[in-house]
Amino acid sequence: MALPSTNDIIEDLEFFDDWEERYKYIIELGEDMPKLPAPLHTQERLVKGCQSNVWIDAKITEGVFYFEVESDAIIVRGLLALVMAAYDQKTAAQIHAFDIDQYFKALDLEQHISPTRGNGLRAIVAKIQALAASQL
Amino acid sequence: MASPYIETALCRHGDSLTMSFDVYEIRQQFPILSRTVHNKPLVYLDNAATTQKPQVVIDALVDYYSNYNSNVHRGAHSLADEATRKYEGARDTIAEFIQANNRREVIWTTGTTESINIVAHGLAQMLTCDDQVLVTEMEHHANLVTWQQACKASGASLVIAPIDDDGELIIDQYLALINNNTRLAALPHASNALGSLNPIKELTTEIKKRSDNSALVLIDGAQGIAHSLVNVQEIGCDFYAFSSHKLYGPTGIGVLWGKEQLLESWPVWQTGGEMIAEVTYTDAKWNTLPYRLEAGTPNIAGVIGFGAAVSWYAKLDLKAVLAHEEKVLSYATQLAADFTGLTVIGSAAKKVPVLSFVMDRGHPADIGFILDRQGVAIRTGHHCAEPLMNRLNIPGTARASFALYNTCEEVDALFNALKKVKQMLA
Repeated sequence: MALPSTNDIIEDLEFFDDWEERYKYIIELGEDMPKLPAPLHTQERLVKGCQSNVWIDAKITEGVFYFEVESDAIIVRGLLALVMAAYDQKTAAQIHAFDIDQYFKALDLEQHISPTRGNGLRAIVAKIQALAASQL
Repeated sequence: MASPYIETALCRHGDSLTMSFDVYEIRQQFPILSRTVHNKPLVYLDNAATTQKPQVVIDALVDYYSNYNSNVHRGAHSLADEATRKYEGARDTIAEFIQANNRREVIWTTGTTESINIVAHGLAQMLTCDDQVLVTEMEHHANLVTWQQACKASGASLVIAPIDDDGELIIDQYLALINNNTRLAALPHASNALGSLNPIKELTTEIKKRSDNSALVLIDGAQGIAHSLVNVQEIGCDFYAFSSHKLYGPTGIGVLWGKEQLLESWPVWQTGGEMIAEVTYTDAKWNTLPYRLEAGTPNIAGVIGFGAAVSWYAKLDLKAVLAHEEKVLSYATQLAADFTGLTVIGSAAKKVPVLSFVMDRGHPADIGFILDRQGVAIRTGHHCAEPLMNRLNIPGTARASFALYNTCEEVDALFNALKKVKQMLA
């Protein structure tokens, strides 16, 4: 299933007023996202967090990035879906232009992307941004 | 709110009132315990990481900075005298608390990690390639990487003693690993990740016997100091390392206790001010104990705060305190056993109040996050014990760890919050 757009996600999340509903929505987004096959959970694709690990596989075809991501934590996987909505199937220029901090702020989830969080999300974002920058 | 677990509870709420330790009265002394998190009352169950501080400790820090802030040992004025008196007084307090032979055996460090580093750094200079250093599979990185690197630097061998699936040290296998080449055995008083409490006194006796007294014994006391009555002379070890902040004191201060005759000639750790007796441009002579191992201006406020914490703690009925903690742990263990989909990691016969667990559905990070939203603070992850998690074939655990101020009501709150974890991750 294709992920909703970042604007749709912002609108959807505004609709919920309690944290449980918000996180259930995020968890479901993560569940709907295609899984990164287990054989691809390799050291090279691993981004190690203190609390949970994430894996990322990146391909570029005709200037467009295709990402597959995975996490061993359910909520982090949901948060990764939010990141994918922003970055997957986008060009380097689009990735570079997207303000991820502003996006997480609009989602009221900026705590998850702060540098102090040990869930690897920030590291994935940095990795994607670096990949995009190398193509500019 | 009525507890759904109360029927089967081992812990009858309110029991503590009849003992010489009143948990509800103690809680009043910790200002932070009355705050809320995400609009829920804080249930602080991350005490193995750090404990909260009673008002007397906070007051001692404020008093130092407000009234007699000054450098110690060197000022020719009243404030310096006052600061030095309080600072050295704290050393006496701690020496007495752990039953040290004398105050010179108490070395201030930044914490357990630095305490172990001082010993490992010195030992690395004495080790040869025939030597062995013995550690266990349950080590915190602080009591593993230190020795691993000392062995790497010197060519000595690092020997790892196994644990069983309950997280208990396999004693006969441990003892079989000791020989005349064992130069040092480093072991935790208790495991931070699993809670297993080691029989350190009995082990120390055996280590000395089986190594013909060639092996030194270092106890990583980070998790032991607040949950047992430590008497270093009775244990018979050579070094005991611990941190203030796990014993209701400030962070950034800890102790290396060591036998005087060892510390007297132990290679100096850092060089500089305070630790010298005489200095020329080309050479230096070291100060006497404890100063020779304490370079530079120390963490004066930390020491004074730690002294206040130990003075406060030592006045409690410690047997009643430990009994209370044990009661809270056994209540939590009982509720965990009745909770479908939850597996306790670490079920040693003797434990400090630590309940580590995993759930069928949900990574420890998910558990920690959903608990936090409900005001319950725990630790998740590998607990700085990565090789141990690999040994147990788990990515990490969720860990609830208790202190003297935790109640059975808080254990109920934890398990109620865990129901929501199950429901949300179903």
